[in-house]
Amino acid sequence: MTSAQIEIQLIASLVAVACAIPGTFLVLRKMAMISDAISHSILPGIVVGFFITQDLNSPLLILLAALTGVLTVVLVEKIQQTKLVKEDTAIGLVFPALFSIGVIMIAKYANDVHLDIDAVLLGELAFTPFDRLFYNGTDLGPKSLWVIGTILLVTLALLFAFYKELKMSTFDAGLATSLGFSPAIIHYGLMSVASITTVGAFDAVGAILVVALMIAPAAAAYLLTTNLTKMIVLACFFGVFSAIAGYWFANYLDASIAGSIATMLGLVFLVVYLFAPSKGLIAVLYRERQQRIEVSLITFILHLKNHNETRERHVNHLNEHINWQKVRSKTVLNLAVKNNFVTIDNNIVSLTEKGNEFTTKAINYIVTNEDAQIEDMKKDFFLFRG
Amino acid sequence: MDILEYSRLVFSDYTLRTITLGTAVLGGVTGMLGSFAVLRKQSLLGDAISHAALPGIALAFLITGSKDTNVLLIGALLSGLIGTFWIRGITTKTHLKSDTALGLVLSVFFGFGMLLLTFIQKQPNANQAGLDKYLFGQAATLVESDVWLMSVVTGLCLLVLLLFWKEFKILLFDKDYAHTLGFNTKFIDVLITSFIVLAIVLGLQTVGVVLMSAMLLAPAAAARQWTNSLGVMVLLAAILGASAGVFGTAISSTQNNLSTGPVIVLVASVFVLFSFIFSPKRGLLFRQIRLIKNRNDLEFQKTLTFMYHIVEDHEDVFHPHAIKILNNFQGYSRKGLRQLISKNYVTVNGEMWNLTPEGVEAATNMYNQNLKDD
Repeated sequence: MTSAQIEIQLIASLVAVACAIPGTFLVLRKMAMISDAISHSILPGIVVGFFITQDLNSPLLILLAALTGVLTVVLVEKIQQTKLVKEDTAIGLVFPALFSIGVIMIAKYANDVHLDIDAVLLGELAFTPFDRLFYNGTDLGPKSLWVIGTILLVTLALLFAFYKELKMSTFDAGLATSLGFSPAIIHYGLMSVASITTVGAFDAVGAILVVALMIAPAAAAYLLTTNLTKMIVLACFFGVFSAIAGYWFANYLDASIAGSIATMLGLVFLVVYLFAPSKGLIAVLYRERQQRIEVSLITFILHLKNHNETRERHVNHLNEHINWQKVRSKTVLNLAVKNNFVTIDNNIVSLTEKGNEFTTKAINYIVTNEDAQIEDMKKDFFLFRG
Repeated sequence: MDILEYSRLVFSDYTLRTITLGTAVLGGVTGMLGSFAVLRKQSLLGDAISHAALPGIALAFLITGSKDTNVLLIGALLSGLIGTFWIRGITTKTHLKSDTALGLVLSVFFGFGMLLLTFIQKQPNANQAGLDKYLFGQAATLVESDVWLMSVVTGLCLLVLLLFWKEFKILLFDKDYAHTLGFNTKFIDVLITSFIVLAIVLGLQTVGVVLMSAMLLAPAAAARQWTNSLGVMVLLAAILGASAGVFGTAISSTQNNLSTGPVIVLVASVFVLFSFIFSPKRGLLFRQIRLIKNRNDLEFQKTLTFMYHIVEDHEDVFHPHAIKILNNFQGYSRKGLRQLISKNYVTVNGEMWNLTPEGVEAATNMYNQNLKDD
């Protein structure tokens, strides 16, 4: 590894952590799309800032562009307050308009300078080590490293200082307000941090990757835990992992690093989405199937309890009467036998003592409208689940 | 080129005519379908789909090696549909909300698309140039066959819209009711979403991935302000979308260095702004005027009631009183008094006022109405 490679990975990891922290709160507050809007609408701010400072890494440009980001949020809220359109429409109207203004400004006035739209959308991580910061002739490292490092430090400081307030206002805005934390300050504070992070990161990784780095790690972490601290740590871990894995993947393909990191983030999310215990797709589908079979089982033994005559309790009759497919009735019957709820004698199904007790209790719960209790009762009776 | 030259050329020049027609048809079809997206609260779906279409374009090129628009658009369509259904999968099967799902699919698919595009650019195959026009769109690359394709899709779309009008409408406003009536809501849902994806994909070449969502939203959001009827809204959105296309093309071709996509989006945004302010029923301007008028009416009525309360204890209700005592009342103003006089509810003699019979009648009626409302 050359020192340039190490620096690129370091910058990518720092960006990942700096994005994951505000991203977690955006996802929890259901404002993920705001980050997309901000990342597009900072473009006019960047262009104006660039005309003034002629330097993509100047603090003034970052502040100006971040202001445009906050302006977007304010505009969206103002439009929404008129009640003329819904919030998502307001977002969808504001950012393309601002982005178009930015594109036109670049095309008209900045055609010959180093600022093109592809760079804004994608960034060029591979070039960051070449734009270095010098102080009295000594090399202090890449400029982007300093920019993103400062932003990350401020973000971390704010996170530690206002962790309790952020947590409270995210999960119970009403309680937070009644305890005296101003929701407006926290909201706009978070928006400002998100805007500044987006602007600071866009030069290195581009506007779209910022969105991916904010949302994907937080979304994946949200599927794995319900604890805020763990969620932030996990999100940072996913971000850094994808950043480094993405870098090497891009190195191998000789393609855009930003695109490759976004692809890695997508893969990480896909894996978590499929395999997360209890909240992943496979777990959810398995649970849905289990519940379907168990509901069928309860229907079935209630039917048995209602009928003493052998004609109604014949195995074949179940297919005709309850109208189940053959496979399904077989699964249900097997489950009932395995759990000692029923015995089958000469193809006649009858309830056992345990089955009878379960059914009586279940009927009681259903009659008194406490169906939810059945779920707890299952734990006591079931040896095997569906 | 100035405006006069443009208007002369638009009928004779092949390129200009094709572009103008193309953007107009595109604006029409996106406006039409955008109405449904806006009303279904899926405004940002367009944004996600258009970004999600990018890897499809790149993959279609990688697999077939052809740069034919139709092949690339089929790839875009497939990848847009995959993105849409993944969004749906995330929101229905996990506890993640739709905004997270949209942002995730949008950024990840777009990143993957850019990875593929940069990968293609590094290939020795010289045929790859020009794929990145799909990022911001280049209306100038439209040819007659593209316009024909758009027109065919628009016609198809119109046909389906007319055939399933009642189903779409009922699904839009009361999904559960549609379900209980026995409509296959899933099928209608998929049908309309697929058409929205199709319209977005069609526009990629003209306005590009990034700005496509505005083409879908802006005409519909503007049209929504002028009407409460779905049919009128769809028609109006189509007209607004088409005119945004025509005006945008006209403005961008009369100036140097102006790409068409952003200009069209800005024109559409101006339409939205105009509608927000000047629409007679919902617009901000008339809403404010109505508010002021209501406030004045209320003060007028309050002043009259206050006067009536003063005089009603007297034996003679027409007995004059000093104007000074009205100063205790907050809603009183000289203007209000003048209004009362002009309506002949009150007469003023020097420093004294007294109610006229009409004034007493109006005040008692008002009082009765208040009681009734309680």
